[in-house]
Order: sequence, then structure tokens, then C-alpha cells
Amino acid sequence: MNLVAWVYFPARLAWRQLIFDRTKLIAATCGVLFACVLVFMQQGFRDALYASAASAPVKLHGDLFLMHKQSEAMWRPIRFKRSELMRALGNPAVTEVYPLYLGLAPFKNIETRGKRTLMVYGFDPDSLIFDIEEIKNKRTALRLKDTVLFDEYSRPEFGPMRQLLEAGRRVTEVNDYKITVVGLFRLGVSFAADGNIVTSDLNFMRIFPDRSLNDIDLGVIKLYPDTSIKQVQAELSSQLNEFVNIFTYEELLQNEKNYWANMAPIGFIFGFGTVMGLVVGLVIVYQILFTDITNHRNEFATLKAMGYEHGYFIRVVFASAFFLAILGFIPGYLFSLGLYHLAESQIFMPMPMTFAKAMTVFLFILSMCMTAGFLAIHKLKAANPADMF
Amino acid sequence: MSPVIDVYDLNFSFGSGALTQPVLKNVTISIRKGEIVLMTGPSGSGKTTFLTIIGGLRQAYHGSVRVLDQQLINSSEQVKVSVRQQIGYIFQQHNLLKSLTALQNVSMALEMQNRMTEQQRLDRAAEMLNAVGLGERLNYKPDQLSAGQRQRVSIARALVGQPKIVLADEPTASLDKQSGHEAVTILERLAKESQTTILLVTHDYRILDMADRVVELEDGVIKEK
Ligand SMILES: Nc1ncnc2c1ncn2[C@@H]1O[C@H](COP(=O)(O)OP(=O)(O)O)[C@@H](O)[C@H]1O
Ligand SMILES: [Mg+2]
Repeated sequence: MNLVAWVYFPARLAWRQLIFDRTKLIAATCGVLFACVLVFMQQGFRDALYASAASAPVKLHGDLFLMHKQSEAMWRPIRFKRSELMRALGNPAVTEVYPLYLGLAPFKNIETRGKRTLMVYGFDPDSLIFDIEEIKNKRTALRLKDTVLFDEYSRPEFGPMRQLLEAGRRVTEVNDYKITVVGLFRLGVSFAADGNIVTSDLNFMRIFPDRSLNDIDLGVIKLYPDTSIKQVQAELSSQLNEFVNIFTYEELLQNEKNYWANMAPIGFIFGFGTVMGLVVGLVIVYQILFTDITNHRNEFATLKAMGYEHGYFIRVVFASAFFLAILGFIPGYLFSLGLYHLAESQIFMPMPMTFAKAMTVFLFILSMCMTAGFLAIHKLKAANPADMF
Repeated sequence: MSPVIDVYDLNFSFGSGALTQPVLKNVTISIRKGEIVLMTGPSGSGKTTFLTIIGGLRQAYHGSVRVLDQQLINSSEQVKVSVRQQIGYIFQQHNLLKSLTALQNVSMALEMQNRMTEQQRLDRAAEMLNAVGLGERLNYKPDQLSAGQRQRVSIARALVGQPKIVLADEPTASLDKQSGHEAVTILERLAKESQTTILLVTHDYRILDMADRVVELEDGVIKEK
């Protein structure tokens, strides 16, 4: 028998049986659609998490980065001595080193006076470690006492900062310390922080009076052009104290992502959510295929009596599973697309619908349906023509 | 010429051990090509069981059952499938696929023949439905047909593949007098035209005259009448 007929005939029968009972078809499609949306949302949130987790390092400008070995991620760093960073200057390939100070602190909404925690970045305004145009342009303003720049992409709960600034309302408190917002920049929220402000290292110490310039959270190292970053990294790791990690830019990104994927329970939660969505879908599809086989038991037995082989019915079941996957995925995809847009506009999470993500979810849904088909085919044995007539 | 159905000393029982229930006892019968044989007998005498063995649907282990020159005793699945493909089966209930139209139902019997194109299958199926008087009902689903019409569709389905043997298990039992008679007459006419062998189980004494031979199965023992 040729291959087209081998697949086509059972698929055609499966299709005709599926569309015969519209109500059941709609119910089945909804089941798959539900699983599909669930998985899309879990995947979307997870990717948004990884993307935003790495949003701060994405905008840092440097060749190598020093971090304490025990720092799991940038939002909860372990401090180390500034002198450790200075020692890097001993390497002839290093041109400049700059410390970065990080701290979480409550920020008072200018309008509502409500407080909410955001991330405070302190850096030397003479350095160019932030790869963000607005920060570079406002460096002189940041040199003044008690000035900060506010991240426009922070969550709206911090207040409509652009309008407030235009209205001349620029004074508020961070960590109960009075500051003036002198400008805006764009970075983006992450799961660790709902908002960001950037200030000078000196202002940072004023906001956090128990911090010292000598205890830094992250060190940024710049090298002479055309030096091998990998080689300097290797040299530094033998020269510097063993309690610091020396990351390249990519390694820093990866470290942040790994933290959220593996260390933080949140990565697990999204993985778990995906699995749960698939399990629910699996049960629904299995249930549908199973009752379908039961209802068609007589018809299958009749076909068997006419000389159809067992394999034909297995292909019918898998074809049904395949059609359910397609029929559920298409509306599920469109629905999720809408939800992604909603999430982007309402909770300011980057949720792009990429081709790769759509493909991944489709493969998940397809395997889910095929597994359901695989579990359901044992029921075919009940279609024994001898006991039917 | 060797008979198309040749059964010798067939024994068959359901269950095992103390619960063994013998159903067919030393059944011996030969049916020649083109013969129309009617089988009667009280309910529970083993007629359906006998047909399912002949049709390759049920496995028997004792005696000899040669159908179309293939031995069905202790046969492989392959042999049974090949016998099934050469036999047209008509069941007591019509057993049509309810999601398919009459035309699609009939052409299902031709899907296993890959030498035909789809168009040839549909043409052949339509021709057959015409022959059973349903040319106007090709695209009706079973729900939209009467019981008699449904049984005629299943006659068309059984005959469309030009089987060498037709096995029919009380095909008129669920029909009223008139449509039952119609269905059987059509079956007889078409079978005669194509020299098809028929083994038909029935309680309906009004159709006995179409038979070349009538046999009776009683308590698992076969008797010629
Ligand atoms: N699948 C089965 N399992 C066990 N016993 C069966 C089965 N099918 C039929 N029988 C028994 O075999 C006997 C013959 O049944 P059957 O061939 O259906 O008779 P008929 O068709 O002549 O009415 C009956 O006593 C019936 O109870
Ligand atoms: Mg019976």
C-alpha cells in the first residue's frame, strides 16, 4: 500500500468522525485550547522573567565584571572590598575599573506618598559604565548632591514621573532620605525590582548611611582595545583573591538567567505550571479519544470484519489526536497573542510572541495529544469483531 | 471444482475447564461456488458463531475449515485478514458508520484495493447503490435513512468489492416484512448475476424459496433439509 493512502485514508476517516459531532469537537478543541493558553502563559512569563532578570546587565558597559563568589544574583549581592577591584589595575591590559553599588530601598510616590521598593544603582558619574543614552547625558546633573534619575519603565505604582517632572514636582524620598529627580531613563522592571533609580556613588552613600564606598557590590573592568578578554580573565583569576568571580559580559548575563532558572523557586514554578497545563490537557484529550473509541467500537469492529487491519485504527486514533492538536493550537495561539499584548500593556513585562516560542508550545501540545493517543489505543482491543455480532 | 467453503468435523466451545460450553459439534458442510445456502435453527444454536468462524472473525482450533482454499483452523492474523477481505458480511444490525454518507460507507469497502483511484471507487459505490435502489440517496447519512434503506446500503457495501462469498446473519430480523423481502430479493438478484456464494442465516420462512439448499443447525449439530 502506498504511503499516502496509508496515512490519508485513516486520517480522512478520523476527520469525518471528528466533524460529525460538532458539540464534542468544540469541547475537545476547548480542552486543547485551554492547555495551550496555559503553556503559552507559563512560557511567556518565564521568558519575560529571564529577559528582565538580565535587563540591568544588558545595559552595562564593560569587558569584565567582578562579583563575590557568594553573590547569587545582582539583586542580592554579597559585598567585597573595593581594594580587590583596584588590584585588577595591576594587570597591564586593564585601563579602568569602576565600582557599582546596589541596594533595594523604599521610594515614596510623589502623588500618593505610598512607599514601594525599587533598586538603587550608585556609580561614579565620571565613568561610562551604563550603556544608556539618557544616563550619559545627565552625568553632570548627577554630580550634584541628592539627585537621582528615575527609570521610566518602572511600574506605574511609583507615580507618573514624566508628568510630575513636567509639573515641577521632583522632590521625594528614597529610604527616608530626601532626593530630587533630575531626569528619566529607560531600563525596565524585573522580578527582583519593580523599578530602578540611578544616582552617583556619593549620593548612594547618603541614601544608605550604613554603606561605605569601600564595600562594593559589582566591579566593572575595562580593557585596552584589541586585548583578549579571555586571556585577561584567566590572568586576573590567578592574580585576584579567590572569593571573587570574574565574568565576561556573556557570563554575567548567563549567571543572572541561571539564578532565576535554577536557584530561585520561581523558575521551578513556571516549569511546574507548564507541566500541569500539559497534564490537564493530556487528561482531557485522553478522555475524549477514549470515549470516541468506545463510541466507535462497533464501527471499528465492522471495519475489522471487512478486512481492515489493526494498524489502520491506530492511525485513525493518532490522526484524531493530531487534528485536535492543530484545532486547539490555532485559537490557543491567537488567544495567547492577545494575552501577551495585554500583559505587556498592563504589567510592563516584555512578552514577545516569537516563532521559536510558538513552535516550542506547538511541539509540547502535539506531544501531549500524541501521548494521549498512545494511552488511548489500548482501548482499541475492545473492538473485537467476533464479540460484536 | 473444489468447494469455496469446506468445513469438516468442526468443533467449537466457549469457555474453558468446568465452564466449557460446546457450541458446534462435528459440523461438516461443503458449499460450492454460486450456491445460495440458508441456515435456520433456534436461537442459541450456534449459527452466529459458525458464521464468525467462516468469516475469519473468530478463531477455531479443532477440525478443518477451508474457506477460499485457506485453512482457518489455528490460522494467523494475516490469513484471517485476507479471508475477510474476500468476504462480504451483512450483519443483523446495519452497522454502517454513522458519520459517513451512504456513498462513503460503501466505498469504505473498496479502500483496501489500492489499484483503484478514488474516483473509480466512488463511481463503483454509486453504481452499487443504484443497483439496490438508492441512487437518489447517495449523500444521505444513516440517520436520514429508513431501516430498510440502511440494510440495503449494507448489502451494497457487502457486494461492492465483488466478494466470492457473502455471509449474512439474520439480515431481515430488524426490518418489517415488506422491506425485509425487498432487501433479500435484491441480494439474491445481485448474487446470481455475479455467481456469488451466499450463506444466509434466517428465521424468515418466507424467503426459503430463494435457496438452493436449506440446512438446520440445532444444538450445534447440522442437518440438511
Ligand atoms: N462471546 C461469547 N462467549 C460465551 N458464550 C457465547 C458467546 N457468544 C455466544 N455464546 C453462546 O454460544 C451459544 C451460541 O450462540 P450464537 O452462535 O450467538 O447462537 P445463534 O446465533 O444461533 O442464536 C449461545 O448459547 C450463546 O450463549
Ligand atoms: Mg445469532
